[in-house]
Amino acid sequence: MTQTLTPWDKVQLARHMQRPRTLDYIRGLCEDFVELHGDRRFGDDAAIVGGVATFEGRTVVLVGHQKGRDARENMRRNFGMPHPEGYRKALRLFQHAEKFGFPVICFIDTPGANPNRESEERGQANAIAENILTMAGLKTPIIACVIGEGGSGGALAIGVADRILMLEHAIYSVASPEAAASIIWRDAAKAPDAARAMRITAQDLLELGIIDEIVPEPSGGAHADPTTMVATLGDAIRRHLNQLLAFDIETLLQRRYERYRAIGQYEEDASGILHTVN
Amino acid sequence: MKELIQRSRKSFTVVQSIEADVPENVWIKCPSCRELIYHKQLAERMKVCRCGYHMRLTAREWLALLDEGSFVEYDAHLRPTDPLGFVSPKETYIDKLREAQRRTGLTDAVVSGIGSIEGRRLVIAVCDFEFIGGSMGSVFGEKMARAAERAAALGIPLLTINTSGGARMQEGVIALMQLAKVNIALTRLAAARQPHIAVMVDPCYGGVTASYASVADIIIAEPGANIGFAGRRVIEQTIRQKLPADFQTAEFMLQHGMVDMVVPRSELHSTLAKLLRLYAPEGRAAAHKSEPIATALASV
Repeated sequence: MTQTLTPWDKVQLARHMQRPRTLDYIRGLCEDFVELHGDRRFGDDAAIVGGVATFEGRTVVLVGHQKGRDARENMRRNFGMPHPEGYRKALRLFQHAEKFGFPVICFIDTPGANPNRESEERGQANAIAENILTMAGLKTPIIACVIGEGGSGGALAIGVADRILMLEHAIYSVASPEAAASIIWRDAAKAPDAARAMRITAQDLLELGIIDEIVPEPSGGAHADPTTMVATLGDAIRRHLNQLLAFDIETLLQRRYERYRAIGQYEEDASGILHTVN
Repeated sequence: MKELIQRSRKSFTVVQSIEADVPENVWIKCPSCRELIYHKQLAERMKVCRCGYHMRLTAREWLALLDEGSFVEYDAHLRPTDPLGFVSPKETYIDKLREAQRRTGLTDAVVSGIGSIEGRRLVIAVCDFEFIGGSMGSVFGEKMARAAERAAALGIPLLTINTSGGARMQEGVIALMQLAKVNIALTRLAAARQPHIAVMVDPCYGGVTASYASVADIIIAEPGANIGFAGRRVIEQTIRQKLPADFQTAEFMLQHGMVDMVVPRSELHSTLAKLLRLYAPEGRAAAHKSEPIATALASV
């Protein structure tokens, strides 16, 4: 079955209503989860959940987008599309983790940052930018897991990490296929073409060197057997976390720097070493 | 967030077509008040109409902020490629790049280098909206990251002039990751305790505002510039909200605490000079030791 899935099929799977969500993973993998609320600035955003818990006998900070399981919960959680206060809650938890020396585990599952008037007024761009900057230099290991939809800056705002894991049928993209199709071809109906052209699948991202590992889903997808899915992801997180904990912080940050600094493809011709003067 | 590229491009096309109709482009019509302005007069006023409308400048035009003859371009040899092998039923990404390169004379949407303002050296990086909507791809990200690292290594401030519709769709998730790349490079600048001054000009959206521009130490916006995360059209279409007329203008951003100041173009040079005096009081002295720059940069 897996071999025959098109990128557009994967978009549907990644968005499946019954797919395990952040809280399913946290509750399945951790003990003593204490959810922490609020950004201490404006409010509490239910589209992002986070807190502290024990994972493998160690206290960790967990942060993730939280989509709803039904229409009512989706309204409350805004379909997993955070407002600035959601990102600022995440920021507070990242800094909290650094202060107490707890590793950070993030779960990415969002169509994108919420685009509305209130978000703009409260600085959506600033909230995302601050998170990316803070995570870039955060003095504690960070693991990010793309469990469903990785939607643009709204995903990256909790996604700068030392290791990025991605579920087999998850997607990660600079814009939703619908938005990209309307931007590039002015036709949102061409979303399946955009899904293919933009190379948004886990297999694509591994090939492009953006992620570290693809976590296999049970046959039929994550929603077909959530218990197995949670356990499989837990195994992968454990393995990577143990590797990261072996590094001293300086090495960890240097490797993180090199990782992000190396992303991008361009040509650099030798003749260009001569500067052109205006 | 990138929808704005098209909205803005329409008004851009209007300007261009009017220019094309007027012999030798000597008269330019203000897109705001529709008055015809003689091109020399407009150039003298750095393309600001009498009505106060700030017309867009190309990256090269922005370099006029620097001391005459002080600008040395770096990284001009970085050229974009097609990392995804982007499949498009219409023009390929490579065709799109070639067309933009031919039309603008640039290799990609950022021009960067070292120059000085009133003798104080700084690293400057300027976006060009005419190059595929100033969109942020690999070359854009690499040039910005190198600019930040260079400023850190040389111990001089970083000035960015920002205009962009957002990330470059045709480079997919690689474009998205440029946000992280530039921000991580900025951690070096912070460690070197050198300021990043960001000037946001019309229009400034998406990936640029969601990364380095919004975390600058000082943020200056041009009057009337549209600045935000998601474009007005995206918000109106997806959320169906009614938006106030001044939504996402520089003044709106000032009112909501997102920028430090709104500075008319006529006062931008003096504002930057004042800031450089405050943050780089030793900058002038350092400028005299300019010979070893090339040597220092070879290791940057």
